[in-house]
Amino acid sequence: MENKKNTSKDHQWLYSPSLESTSHIEIKDKYELFINNEWIAPTSNKYFDTINPADEKVLSKIAWANAQDVDKAVKAARKAYDEVWSKISAGDRSKYIFRLARMMQEKARELAVIETLDAGKPIRESRDIDVPLACNHFFYYAGWADKLDYAFPNQKTESLGVVGQIIPWNFPLMMAAWKIAPALAAGNTVVLKPAETTSLTALKLAEIIKEAGIPPGVINIITGHGDTGEALVKHPDINKIAFTGSTQVGKAIQKALVGTGKRSTLELGGKSANIIFDDAPIDQAVEGIVNGIFFNQGHVCCAGSRLYVQENIAEKLVEKLKHRMKSLILGNPLDKNTDIGAINTREQLQTIEKYIQIGIQEGSVIFQCEGALPAIGFYCKPTIFTNVSQSSVLSQEEIFGPVLTIQTFRTIDEVIQKANNSPYGLAAGVWTDKGSKIFNLTSKLKAGVVWANTYNKFDPASPFGGYKESGFGREGGMHGLGAYLKIIK
Amino acid sequence: MLESNQHSIFQTINAASPIDKVGVEERVARFQTRSIKDDAKAQGLKMVLSMIDLTTLEGKDTPGKVKQMCFKAHHLHDLHPNLPQVAAVCVYPSMVTIAKQALKGTSVKIASVATAFPSGQSNLEIKLADVKLAVDSGADEIDMVISRGKFLSGEYNFVFDEIGMIKEACGVARLKVILETGELCTLDNVRKASDIAMYAGADFIKTSTGKIQPAATMQVTYTMLLAIKDYFEATGKMIGMKPAGGISTSKLALHNLVMVNEILGPNWLHNEWFRFGASSLANDVLMQLLKLESGSYQSPNYFTLD
Repeated sequence: MENKKNTSKDHQWLYSPSLESTSHIEIKDKYELFINNEWIAPTSNKYFDTINPADEKVLSKIAWANAQDVDKAVKAARKAYDEVWSKISAGDRSKYIFRLARMMQEKARELAVIETLDAGKPIRESRDIDVPLACNHFFYYAGWADKLDYAFPNQKTESLGVVGQIIPWNFPLMMAAWKIAPALAAGNTVVLKPAETTSLTALKLAEIIKEAGIPPGVINIITGHGDTGEALVKHPDINKIAFTGSTQVGKAIQKALVGTGKRSTLELGGKSANIIFDDAPIDQAVEGIVNGIFFNQGHVCCAGSRLYVQENIAEKLVEKLKHRMKSLILGNPLDKNTDIGAINTREQLQTIEKYIQIGIQEGSVIFQCEGALPAIGFYCKPTIFTNVSQSSVLSQEEIFGPVLTIQTFRTIDEVIQKANNSPYGLAAGVWTDKGSKIFNLTSKLKAGVVWANTYNKFDPASPFGGYKESGFGREGGMHGLGAYLKIIK
Repeated sequence: MLESNQHSIFQTINAASPIDKVGVEERVARFQTRSIKDDAKAQGLKMVLSMIDLTTLEGKDTPGKVKQMCFKAHHLHDLHPNLPQVAAVCVYPSMVTIAKQALKGTSVKIASVATAFPSGQSNLEIKLADVKLAVDSGADEIDMVISRGKFLSGEYNFVFDEIGMIKEACGVARLKVILETGELCTLDNVRKASDIAMYAGADFIKTSTGKIQPAATMQVTYTMLLAIKDYFEATGKMIGMKPAGGISTSKLALHNLVMVNEILGPNWLHNEWFRFGASSLANDVLMQLLKLESGSYQSPNYFTLD
């Protein structure tokens, strides 16, 4: 048989650029603070640039709120809580939230493009995952607003009041939705602070809020750096702080809240284990590994960054993973075929590169996809390390980038022990064809979410949150609703 | 085939990892988000044309019908220069002589179904005679069907041996083994049948006869492409793939090529290793190709129906 290996380049089929259009979007040159449904200049008159991490160009100027501005926003939220939001019927609250959800859906394309420009994530993800999920969170909690008695039967609940919310840069709009939707449904008013590098979609959301006629002061969006967030955490008239971000900042927030009577939920870092047994559907597991660690450039708190593979299939699986990585397309996030976009900031890129160096120094074996990185913008190749042990720095610390460590294991007990042997406990993945094995592991893994034969799946109805240093409190589902209510009897 | 050799082959076949259907659906959906534009689209569409096995497999087939289809095979759209011709025509054994005459002097290959196509419900003697008729009449390629009944009752050795003997009867003709995946029902079965066919001597594995629905779904083709990949890793031998039935639009054809490109790589992007079994795909591809150049769609009446 003529099984000659054809190595000619004649058959190369490279996909032509397929850029999402940016002609339909509107980004203002400058954004003020959104307080009381009005755009208000910051007291300090200070602004900072927000850039596109894919080409390092300035997209817009963003207002920098100080403690005085935070106070204005909290006062507006308190007034709206006292006079409007806690007085209107639950049915009316529901209607407002539904309206927001629908208007976001109408502007889904614009939101997706702006998210991609500001955050660096591939348009495929912002279009197919971020924005639809953000809308779905509003739809889901709109439905709960007038059914709280059914969520907590035989108990009486009450809203908390004014909630301060601080969100990260990895899923800017989605995190805003995760925070705002349950808070409003439960009857609270909010002051939201987006991350300084990704404020734009929250500010577009502010435009939608105004257009939707949500009563002034119910949702206030203030932009700024860490000091803005600190002022919000320390404001005396806040009833609850909801924070998603790094464990380091989470610890600082918790210290600041001690003795204040303020409630809090913290959703922090992770170093989640993705466990592949020898009876797993191996090709689908490879896909799950890729989705687990390379989704959103690995900027995912629940990323499956520690891979545990049963030793008897490790070699085969790693070969398949490498082959799959070769078909990942890295480049312009606006290209519809891009799988791996830009790292959100230069600083984060440096952190990731530092960890890659540590891995090499520790003697782990690195594999990266071939090909050159774009000349400008912050990019990092998908990276895997083999020859890693539990004691390697690489497998202990959260990298928050497209870097996977691979360890092997021999027995179930060993892998459970190793998976739980981490200060974090946000998520885990289990891959096996055997149902009983899945249930055995789900009951023993100390992780808030355990995915079976899949990874990085999110749904508004499903609670999300961590064990240990990954935080406390749950977002999503009825549990997420409970985090914004107090049970009074 | 030596006894011990066959034993180890069956160990390999049984060692195939299980397949998670939900995961496969998700992966396939991801391939479908690939956006093929401009030059890549033109190149892809031309590849599709060159990979088509233009097919007529009907009880009412006549020499007249087959001759006209054969003419179309190498005159896809003469108004347009530089178009490839299709890879092959695919007909019943009784029509091979007619096709052979009609395609004389062209490089279009002649594929013939055989082995009591489409059901395969006959004995080995008849099946071998069927293959012999096609080969003696001049078929370059034989599209056989596996015995699905035997497969589903667990008689894998029977299926394996039958393919081996048909392969022998093919001589120099290349053998495509039709799994009829619509009757195998699960992706695990598709994988097992693919492995049996490849290890038994298939040159190509093919999804369907076109007579059973569902036919060439992307999930099934994806599963078979992975089997080919694993077989290549294990043996170094390239096996061809032919999805057949239900691929009638350019978009679906291009997404199939995307899968081939990303799983097996560019070496398989050639009609020696990949085919589409289709009767109505060619005209849709022609229409899209011309639209790429002129910017507007032409009426279907400008594309010939043979």
